[in-house]
Amino acid sequence: MGFVRSKKAVLPLATLSALALTLSACSPGGGSEEGGGGSEAAADCSTYETYGTFDGAEVSVYSTITDLEGERLENSWVDFEECTGIDVVYEGSNEFETQIGVRAQAGNPPDVAIIPQPGLLAAHAKAGYLKPAPAEVEALVDENWSEDWKGYGTVDGTFYAAPMLASVKGYVWYVPSTFEEKGWEVPQTWDEMMTLSQTIADEGTMKPWCAGFEAGEATGWPGTDWVEDAVLRQAGPEVYDQWISHEIPFNDPQIADAFNAVGDIVKNPDYVNGGFGDVRSILSTTVEEGGQPVLDGSCAMHHQATFQAANWPEGTTVAEDGDVWAFITPGEEAGAGAITGGGEFVAAYADREEVSAFQQYMASAEFANNRVQQGAAISANKGLDASLAQNPLDQQSIELLQDENTVFRFDASDLMPGAVGANSFWSGIVEWINGKSTEEVLDSIESSWPSE
Amino acid sequence: MEDLGEKFFQVVIALAIFAAIIGLIMLLVDRAPKSFRDKATIIGFLAPAAVLLAIGLVGPAVLTAFLAFTDRNGDPNGLDNFVWMFTQPEALVTLRNTVLWVILVPLLSTAVGLAYAVFIDRARGEKGLKALVFMPMAISMVGAGVIWRFMYAYRGAEQEQIGLLNQILVWTGSEPKQFLLDAPENTFFLIAVMIWIQTGFAMVILSAAIKGIPNEIVEAARLDGASAWQQFRNITIPSIRGALIVVITTITIGTLKVFDIVRTMTAGNFETSVIANEMYTQAFRANEPGRGAALALVLFLMVLPIVVYNARQLKMQREIR
Repeated sequence: MGFVRSKKAVLPLATLSALALTLSACSPGGGSEEGGGGSEAAADCSTYETYGTFDGAEVSVYSTITDLEGERLENSWVDFEECTGIDVVYEGSNEFETQIGVRAQAGNPPDVAIIPQPGLLAAHAKAGYLKPAPAEVEALVDENWSEDWKGYGTVDGTFYAAPMLASVKGYVWYVPSTFEEKGWEVPQTWDEMMTLSQTIADEGTMKPWCAGFEAGEATGWPGTDWVEDAVLRQAGPEVYDQWISHEIPFNDPQIADAFNAVGDIVKNPDYVNGGFGDVRSILSTTVEEGGQPVLDGSCAMHHQATFQAANWPEGTTVAEDGDVWAFITPGEEAGAGAITGGGEFVAAYADREEVSAFQQYMASAEFANNRVQQGAAISANKGLDASLAQNPLDQQSIELLQDENTVFRFDASDLMPGAVGANSFWSGIVEWINGKSTEEVLDSIESSWPSE
Repeated sequence: MEDLGEKFFQVVIALAIFAAIIGLIMLLVDRAPKSFRDKATIIGFLAPAAVLLAIGLVGPAVLTAFLAFTDRNGDPNGLDNFVWMFTQPEALVTLRNTVLWVILVPLLSTAVGLAYAVFIDRARGEKGLKALVFMPMAISMVGAGVIWRFMYAYRGAEQEQIGLLNQILVWTGSEPKQFLLDAPENTFFLIAVMIWIQTGFAMVILSAAIKGIPNEIVEAARLDGASAWQQFRNITIPSIRGALIVVITTITIGTLKVFDIVRTMTAGNFETSVIANEMYTQAFRANEPGRGAALALVLFLMVLPIVVYNARQLKMQREIR
């Protein structure tokens, strides 16, 4: 009968074990490791005195930047940590865009987030998650950045976030030796660029332009960069801003003009698509392949952002006297500097003193210098020493960004509502290249703009 | 590595909890009073599945239905999403394409599969011939999409072709064609991929059904002097009716949900989008969950009658037996 007795004991025992297991699963896992090795030489702390010292203080930072880029970012504040005693706990994630919203809503945000989209920044500011930037940070930004840049960190008149790094779009890539050989000059105005295109087409050895817009579901996006460049240069920054905020409709005549100006190139069978075929082959050529004919001489020019540098085959030197070089898409008048691009913003969800100190450091020229000299990064910070840039292209981009006369505007499709900027604008470009008229395409994009 | 170990540990714990809960339920059922025991057994064993279904299927379905009547900010907007779906030219093209897919894929792949099954029945090398047609079935839809994109690949007339079909066109002296860009025929080129995959499925099931037809009937028909067509029309088809219905409905449901092929080959551009692809695009890329949910709801309503019909047929057959 011992069997029965033991059976009686089983039930409470089972209940207990189930409970115990549930509880143990709920307890948090091991704490996250803090990365970044210490610098070998003791840092010169005199430049960091202004931030004060905080023993045992911790600032958590969350961003989209991972892998090598993330390591370089962490390296750029090692000295700051050592001198101020603040422990910067960094976490980079590819899921940032969705996770930051989840964490903020759950009341568990990081102290600082590095946000790459002004739209997301504005959404979090309006929802009341973000703390306005401390006065010291604002003073630094006034000193080191242009009004344009400060504007992207400002929401409804309150300044929230200092800009960090930047990228420049709208470069036109070409082979300097070919240009020299043929006697072609780098165009200084949009008209000169069109004349040059005609000259190259007449000469007949190569098509003036090549392009590739195929990128899976994002097919068409390089075309949006083209159009944005044209709107900013031809209609000006005011119209560009109104276009983004939908104060003028997407099918406004000024936007149509920009489309047509770009269409004169990318929809002109005499000008495209060097190395691939007719106009529509732009849609079946991938973004990565799109520029390659520039190197083999079947195409003269290719429009793409700074990151095209990574698409060239290994061993290609990017320099004015190298295998390939780039000029910024010219404006209506020579020297009229207007560029499109992107960047990140350092926003805070906490207002503790150590967080403020970290924000100040991130807005300072020291940070920009520390980060840029590690390579593959540029910043619009005016205190940045352009000679620290690791390649000629970065150097040229930094000089452009720091130029007083340069008007900077964020990539428009990143600022428009997702239904347009990440959907109908792309598919509109696809239909446009595939043969639809500018009017038809613009009307269709306009009708997809979400109401209210 | 440490991370992986931790994850593995979590999985083990989760499984242990699951086992403990099931054990607990079994014990409780076992100890229930005699009068109640039958019911307790049924409830006890159905409850975990029912709870999981409610959390994982019924809940999301109901939420999606509600979501279909809201806008981007989650505020109710009545029938706006459905008005958009049935008025926007792009959305209408999506609906048209889905109808084309649903009509053509089941019909053609079943017809081709059936013809093939009949012709190779008892032929020499039947197994090899079957394997040949069945093989695409083993390839994932994304894989098939990538393969066929190379088949359709385009280069200008002056360049070397890299796609087989365009190379054939060039050999025969015509201009290369942008197979995936030219609407509306590009939708048919995508449909061909799905048919290529599904024909094998139809062929295998139907071939098995044909082999199941009793020999006496076939012999009787032959003795009566029935021609090959009469045999096929009056003996084969009625005998495999059940299998035919299963094949057609299964392929139809699969086709309604088609997403991978369109997404890999054109990403819904060039007027080739279908409902499932548009649903994903609207919900996750355009940030319009309401429109995505509305599309999902319409898709659900389109699948529902087929499922009901299928279930009824199965029940009827069971009753006959």
